Order: sequence, then structure tokens, then C-alpha cells
Amino acid sequence: MFNSIVLVKQVPDTANISGKVMKDDGTVNRAKLPAIFNHEDKVALELALRVKEVYGGTVTAITMGPPRASDILRECLFMGADSVYLISDRKFAGADTLATSYVLSEAIKKIGNYDFVFAGRQAIDGDTAQVGPQTAEKLNIPQVTYVEEILSAKKDKVTIRKKIDGGYEIVEASLPVLLTVIKGAAESRPYSAKRIMAYKNAKSLTDLEGMTEGNSLLYTDKLVHEYEEKNLFIPTFTMDELKLDVERCGVKGSPTKVYKIESVVLAGGNHLKIENTKLGIGNLIEQLMADHILG
Amino acid sequence: MDKLSNEVWVFIEQRNGKPADVSFELLSKGLKLSQNMGGILKAVVIGNKVKDIAKETFKYGVDETIVIDSPELKDYRTMPYSRIMNILVNESNPRIILFGATIVGRDLAPRVASNTKSGLTADCTELKIESIKYLGKEYKDLLLQIRPAFGGNIIATIITPDNPTQIATVREGVMEKHFADSPKPVKITEIQFVPDPVDELVKIIEQHREESKINLKGAPIIVAGGYGLGTKENFKLVFDLAHTIGGEVAGSRAAVDAGFIPPERQVGQTGVTVRPKLYIAIGISGAIQHRAGMQEANKIIAINNDPDAPIFGISHYGIVGDAVEVIPNFIEAYKHKLK
Repeated sequence: MFNSIVLVKQVPDTANISGKVMKDDGTVNRAKLPAIFNHEDKVALELALRVKEVYGGTVTAITMGPPRASDILRECLFMGADSVYLISDRKFAGADTLATSYVLSEAIKKIGNYDFVFAGRQAIDGDTAQVGPQTAEKLNIPQVTYVEEILSAKKDKVTIRKKIDGGYEIVEASLPVLLTVIKGAAESRPYSAKRIMAYKNAKSLTDLEGMTEGNSLLYTDKLVHEYEEKNLFIPTFTMDELKLDVERCGVKGSPTKVYKIESVVLAGGNHLKIENTKLGIGNLIEQLMADHILG
Repeated sequence: MDKLSNEVWVFIEQRNGKPADVSFELLSKGLKLSQNMGGILKAVVIGNKVKDIAKETFKYGVDETIVIDSPELKDYRTMPYSRIMNILVNESNPRIILFGATIVGRDLAPRVASNTKSGLTADCTELKIESIKYLGKEYKDLLLQIRPAFGGNIIATIITPDNPTQIATVREGVMEKHFADSPKPVKITEIQFVPDPVDELVKIIEQHREESKINLKGAPIIVAGGYGLGTKENFKLVFDLAHTIGGEVAGSRAAVDAGFIPPERQVGQTGVTVRPKLYIAIGISGAIQHRAGMQEANKIIAINNDPDAPIFGISHYGIVGDAVEVIPNFIEAYKHKLK
């Protein structure tokens, strides 16, 4: 039996940025970007689910983000997560990886009783691969990054194949351990139709508040109770709930700051146009040979 | 805040007792940074029998090299290495630490940053020292960490204004290594390794490593393909052309993501940076992250069916056309000229 906590993130789909998403001042209008489930985090969830299937236990997915990040928590439920938590507070806004790892590590401690923490190696909006190791350090537990495969697990140990520069290693890690997973590790399973039916109406507090639209607070309380009864309530951890130090959250808790942003202007440039003909290309090759660039 | 340190540190990575190229590239950059802030350059070498590597660092202008040498440190392992770095960094709070953005560097640097509550910026494409004003406050000799962000649509300059230590990682090949003009006398400080039970929490059972046969950095000619090739089948034409003209094959990140080529062949911000005599970019649109890895090539030929592709903006020669037509034409014309 192993209990796993999986760190997941909703990310802007940076691979599909259209011109309109860039504001005139060159900054990114995040609100306009399609938000997606970071792929490697999905693979991490897949590995956690496989551990559960083989050895038993539970899988809990958590995400830190704005209220709309509850979208991917529902997707975690569709895939098979037993429980999910949204970690959300205005005071978390603008967090860099250090402030993020502080909040995540405290949320993990609050959930407690875990053998594995799984995360994708990196998220596509920053590609930093920092949050996993930073969180492990704060939890004071070992880590294995670039995990390719979980070979076996027993009582308090796990055997893992991980990527290294120029090859791979087989390592044995004591539990609890944090693992960051690369995309080749597994194909994430499709959402189960049965689970979609069961959980498509799962709601966080903010989701429910949106539904009450200005009605009394009591009404929201009643809704929350109703959703809890139906096992469709997604709990939210706020800063207060996690008893966090405000100085270590969000912009305040982030040592790195964005000093300058320049939008990239891709100019036409003065290249020589070569005709796509044997003559055109032949002349180019002659020129390159004369310049001793081609031999 | 207490007086800030004037030290620039570079973590020297070694694999099987061989130093990683990127570490020496960072020494050359670190030397420049330390000079620009009137400070000193230190290297940190952790491993087993690494005295020769420690000596070698002085060719790149190091003032002092810290060595932790023990059989237990032969291979990189997160726990002992990060424990050692955390102790060293907490003791001296160096102003700047540079790590190669290798698998090891990306495993180690975040643990050190997390433990010492330092700022960490990944995959920088440029680093410089500048005195700046930020939110109305003057900062002297701050490290400007420049990197493309957000799918290459912006270039961000990141700073760590209010913390003692600024940490950055840099990919292999981004900085150029060269011997220092006036190397300093060898000064190696050896620190004794004190094992801890936590070091054994992760054990290496087996290790498989092959010397990579791919040498993008050293190749005078590189033929690179992108997502525009469309299929793995079409991408074979890139290999054909490279084979014909004696070049090495590379690709954009999109080509790696599409499975056309392995990650070892990726050129760009999150791959390798190259400076060949000739770089042929085929079906590569020319996003900023890719350009960061090849724009210093001596001559660039772009082949793309979109005449507005940004890659043409940094090319010397441009051919507008479908790769499946242009490449065979190129191969034929080349063979003809050789005759």
C-alpha cells in the first residue's frame, strides 16, 4: 500500500500562441491563452495510478493556481485520482519557483501520510524543472528526477530507472521520496467515461460561489454541504488554512523579479534570395565552395 | 543586509572523473562577471580523485578552487552533493553561483536555491553585471539573467535584487570557453567530506552511460530540420543532405517533440548552442529559442515554404520552397559541382 500525492499544473498552451495573445506592450495576456493540463504532470499522475493499481493505496492530486485551475483537478478525477485539492489564494499570485515550492511543501505536509510525491519534470510555461527539487528540499526528503520507469516497490523502498546525461541509472530510493517524471515514462490513460459522468460536476468553493451569483452566504454554505454529501466538493487550501508566512508567498516570497520584458520583433532581414532551381542552388553552392564553407 | 560577498562560484560537474565542458564554459563567463563586479572567481569540485580537474580550473582564471574528494562522492547523487553545496553556500553566501543546465545541474541547483532561499533562473542565454534602478531603489552590480520565455514570444531579464545569492543555470555551448590571459597561482582548498545517513537514502544500483557519438558543438556544418518537414519519412532527407555535404544532423525542439530526432540533437535555448561555419535550417520557422542556439553561425541558409518565416530574418541565404523538392535539388547540384 502506497499513498501518492501528485503535483499538477495548469499551463498556458505556449505552443499554440496566436498573435492576439500578445498585448501591444509585448506582454502576454494570460487570460486569452488556452489553458491546458501540463503534459508531464499527467504522465506523473499516470505513474501514481499504476503504483496504486499494483500495490494498493491512494492517489491525491493537488494544484496551486487561480480558481480556474480546478479544471485540471476534475481531469485528475476523470483519470482516477481518489481526491484532489485546489491551493489558491490571491496572495499566491506572482510566485516564482521558490515561493511556489514553499506553498506546495506546506500543503503536502498538511495532507500528510505520503510515500510518494510525483510531479512532472517541468511545466511548459517556464521549462525550469525547479519546483520538484525545491519542494523535496523543503520536505527534507530525497528525490529522483528524470524518472523513466518504476521497476518495483516494496515496503519502504522503490527501484527506479532514471535518465542521466548520456544514459540511464537504476537507483534504489527510500520512502518517502519525490519523483519527477519525463514524458516518455508512460502514456497517460484516457479519461474514463464512467468517471466523467461521476465527477464532471465536482466544484470548488469558488466554482460554487460563482453559481450563487450574489445570493446570501448561507446559500453557498448549503451548496457546499450538498456537494460534500455527494462527494463532489473540491476543497481549497488558502494561505490562512495552511498557516503560511505571508512574507514567503507570492511576489513577496519570490527572490527573482522580472526586471524587463522585451517582445520579440522578428524582422525580415537582408538575406539573399536563392531561386529553388538547379541553377540557383548550383550558384549558391559554388559561392559557398569559393568561401571554403563547403568542400 | 550584511555586506554582500564579491565571489562568483561555478559548480564543476564531472562524469566518471571527466569534467563537463559546460562547467569550463561557465568559468570563462564567471571570470568576466567577477571582473565586472571587482570580485573573485571560485570553482567547486566534488567527486573522487578530482585533483586534476581542480588544477585544470586555473587555466580559466579561477582565484581559488574548493575540492571535496571522497570515494563516496565518485558519482553524482542528490543528497550528499546538495548537502555539501548547502553547507558551503550557507557559510559564505557567494554573490553568484553558476550551474550547467545538465540533468545533474537541474537536479542540484534547485535544492541549493531552496535550502538557501536564493533566486534561481534557468536556461539563461546571456548573463551580465549592471548597476540598475528597480522600483525606485539603486542596486549596484546586479546579475542580469536574460532568457527567452513564454514560447519565445518574449525575452525576459530576471534579477534577484534583495537576496545575498543569485543562482543561474546555463545550457552547454551558450557561453564560450577560453583560457584566461593571465591565470592566477593554483590555490586549492580541500574540505573534508563528512558522511551523513541521509546520503544513503538513494543508492545507485547500475549505471549505463555511452559516450555520445553526436558532436553538434564541434561540427563545422550542421543541417537542421524542423516541424515543417511534416513526417519522420521526410526528415530522412535532412539526414541525406547532411550525409552528402559532410554535416551533422540537428533539429528544432518541435522536431524533437514530434519524434523526428532524439533530444541530443536539439539546437536552441533548451538544447545545444552551436557556432558552425554553415547552418542549414530546413522547415524551421525560427522561434527565438531556436535562434538563441544558432544565430552565431558563420553562414545560415534557410529553406522554408513560408516566405514570411522569421528564420529568413537571420539568414544569409534564403530558399522559399518545399523541402521535399529543395533538398534533392541541393544534393544533386552539390554532387554535380564536386565533379
